Parts: sequence; C-alpha cells; structure tokens
Amino acid sequence: MPLDASDLGAIWLTFKLASLTTLILLLVGTPIAWWLARTRSWLRGPVGAVVALPLVLPPTVIGFYLLLALGPNGWIGQTTEAMGLGTVVFSFSGLVIGSVIYSMPFVVQPLQNAFSAIGERPLEVAATLRASPWDTFVHVVLPLARPGFITASILGFAHTVGEFGVVLMIGGNIPDKTRVVSVQIFDHVEAMEYLQAHWLAGAMLVFSFLVLLALYSSRQGKSAWS
Amino acid sequence: MSKCAPRFALAALATFMTFNSAWADEVQVAVAANFTAPIQAIAKDFEKDTGHKLVAAYGATGQFYAQIKNGAPFEVFLAADDSTPAKLESEGDSVKGSRFTYAIGTLALWSAKPGYVDAKGEVLKKNEFKHLSIANPKAAPYGLAATQVLDKLKLTEATKAKIVEGQNITQAFQFVSTGNAELGFVALSQIYKDGKVTEGSAWIVPASLHEPIKQDALILNKGKDNPAAKALVDYLKGPKAAALIKSYGYEI
Repeated sequence: MPLDASDLGAIWLTFKLASLTTLILLLVGTPIAWWLARTRSWLRGPVGAVVALPLVLPPTVIGFYLLLALGPNGWIGQTTEAMGLGTVVFSFSGLVIGSVIYSMPFVVQPLQNAFSAIGERPLEVAATLRASPWDTFVHVVLPLARPGFITASILGFAHTVGEFGVVLMIGGNIPDKTRVVSVQIFDHVEAMEYLQAHWLAGAMLVFSFLVLLALYSSRQGKSAWS
Repeated sequence: MSKCAPRFALAALATFMTFNSAWADEVQVAVAANFTAPIQAIAKDFEKDTGHKLVAAYGATGQFYAQIKNGAPFEVFLAADDSTPAKLESEGDSVKGSRFTYAIGTLALWSAKPGYVDAKGEVLKKNEFKHLSIANPKAAPYGLAATQVLDKLKLTEATKAKIVEGQNITQAFQFVSTGNAELGFVALSQIYKDGKVTEGSAWIVPASLHEPIKQDALILNKGKDNPAAKALVDYLKGPKAAALIKSYGYEI
C-alpha cells in the first residue's frame, strides 16, 4: 500500500478526534439546541448567532483567537496553568476544544430543527399523563428527534474530519498528536510528494462522498438539515 | 450633453491608458516567508528609484513551486533555498541564466522572553523548555537547518518530543512570539534590524552547525518580457539592496 505509517497514524488520529468531538458535541449541543428550540427569551437571538458563527468565520480567525486565548498569555491558558494542567496548545486536547467550537453549528442546528418540529402537542399530552419532564424528554422527545440526532452526528463527525485551518493554527504538526489527515495532505503537497498526497486526498474525497450519500439517501424528500 | 460625450470618452480613454502603462511596469513576485521584512524595505526604494511597482506574495517555497508549476502569475521568485529554483530552471520554467544567490540566511534560536536564551545557546542543552518551535523541515530550508543543528549538537533524541512544527518560518516565529513555545529556531531576519535583535533574546547559530541556507532568485517564464522583472533582479544585485539585505542579518 502506498500509505506509510505516518499516513495511517494521521488517519487514526483524525478518526479519534472526530469521534470524541462528536460525542462531546452531542452531550453539550443537546441542551443548547433544546433551549434554543423552546425558549422565548431575548437571549435566543444572540446565543443562536454565537453558535452559528463558525459557519461564516474563516477557520483562521478561530485558530488565531484560540492560539492567543489558550496560550500562556491568554485568559484560558492562564486558567489551565493555574489549575496545574499546563497549556493545551500543541496537544490533542487543544484540537478537541478547537473542533468542538468549529463543528458546533453542524450538531446544534439539526438538533434544534428536530426539536422545533416536534411542537407543543406531544409534550402537553405527556404532561397530562403525568410524565415528568425528564420522562418526557427520554420517552417522547428523543425517539421523535432520532433523525435529527443521526444527521447531527454524521455532520459533526464529517465536518471535524474536514477541519484544516484551526488545526494548522494551533496544532504544531506533531505526529500522532496533532497531525491530522488534512494537514498530512498539505505536508505532502509542500514536500512535493504528490503521489502520497493523491492517495490521501482521494481517500478523503471518497469518504466524504459516501457520508453525504448515506445522509441524503436515508432522508429522501427531506432536507438533510431538518 | 451629446457634445460633451466624445470629450468625456476621450478623457476616460486617456486616463485608462495612463493607468495601463503603469500596470505594464508592475512585477509580481513570489517571496519566501523569511524575506518578508527585507523585501518590503527594498520595495519602497525600488519603487522610488525605478518607478516600477512590486507586488509581493509571501509563502513557503514548496508551495510556491506547486503554484508556479500550475500557472501562477509570478514573474520573479525569491526562494528560501537553492534547490527549488534549480529544479524550476532544469524543468524549463525560468529564463535561462537568470538564477543567482540573493542572500544567505542566518538561523537564530529565539525566545520572546528577554534573557531566556543565552549567548551560546546553552538553554537548548539544559532542556527545561516545554516546546521547541521549528519550521517544517520537509518544506522549509530553515526547518531543515534547525534539524541539522540539533543533529550536530546531538540533541535530536532529547528534543524529539518537544518539537512543534510551523508550516513555514512565519508560523514557527508566531508560535514563539505568542508565548506558546518558549523557544524556536527562526530566521534571524525576523527578529533583527540594524545589527541588533529587536525583541526577546536570541542565540545567533554559527553557520558551521548547518549547511548554508543559500537563497536563490530567478526570473520565471511569465516575467520574460517584463522590464520591471529584469529591473528588480538588477536592483537586488545592486549595492543599495545589498546593504539593506545585510542589515536584516543575511550574508551575501
């Protein structure tokens, strides 16, 4: 196979990063999406806008601010250092933090749409049957929003796999820690190793197409986002 | 109104032609990231002395190679090494005989903290830092030189787990300047002006510890008939540019 050990290491690292990021985003994103879907607070607009920011911001902006904020002179970096954790720039944890921010809208928005689509009625019925809010959430909302969770997971995972700019800015290109597939491809191209770049880039193309194919085929007639 | 129209059109045409002749003397230059500061200073003098306009793009030499091979509109290339220009020359992408060494780079071990790096670079051997920033050695000549220095000092194994790579020398510099890496190998030109290190602390690495970083320039095929391209190359070889280049810590 034309992929060498460092290529395989990059693939495995990317897989780990995308899986962990998706998991964290489902845990963090579900309450945010639920709140955004139900609240009448004036904060709905500002919070929704903040969540959507990574959709329009260049990854370099996120990467640049993370580099400053997470570093030893930044407020997050000083907090983590005070807690004895050191700084997280140039580490896998740093990439996870960056990816969670970067992929947030791709998880929150499908969930929010799914929750909105349920409407008031099922919740009111559940309440008249004396179901507790938690009961209602687990036995009514979650099953009804299942397609939303599937879409959110797929998009969150795929978008993290496709991440480049943020990782480039805060990663430091360390093998098996921060050198993900997209960066490895960039390295191959810069080093004029076009054959290896082709293999990895081709694999990314096929992977991305298959993911989107699965997403769009399973939800015929509906928008992939809802 | 109708009487004014032809006159207006003539005036517009004249204006356009003036602009057009100014554009004809513009030269598009691909510049190695480490040479960013010097070329900006040189561009000012060059534009004043010759009337031509210099438009620069900054980046990694390997990346420029890929872009030039794929039709990028650069007319002059100031590379960070001598092998990439040699390759372009042998592949017929440049004007024959235009290649020359415009600067020899100096490597520096740098920290943004004053007093952190001593004059002999002992800080490297003490190994008390967490991160050592270098440019990607596969693509950037300063990164390659940094690995040669570590090899020569027999510190490759000891520092292996601490190395973080920037994609080019600018990013290697940025990791140190933001404090995320305590130490890094950068181009002296990035931290040097008029014979002094401008901020933080640095060890100017002796040239004997690595292969010389010869930086070559050439005129690309796209700049073959552009007088501004030729003028720029001549200007770079002249005494005024040489003095400026040296003031940034390069040898010639």
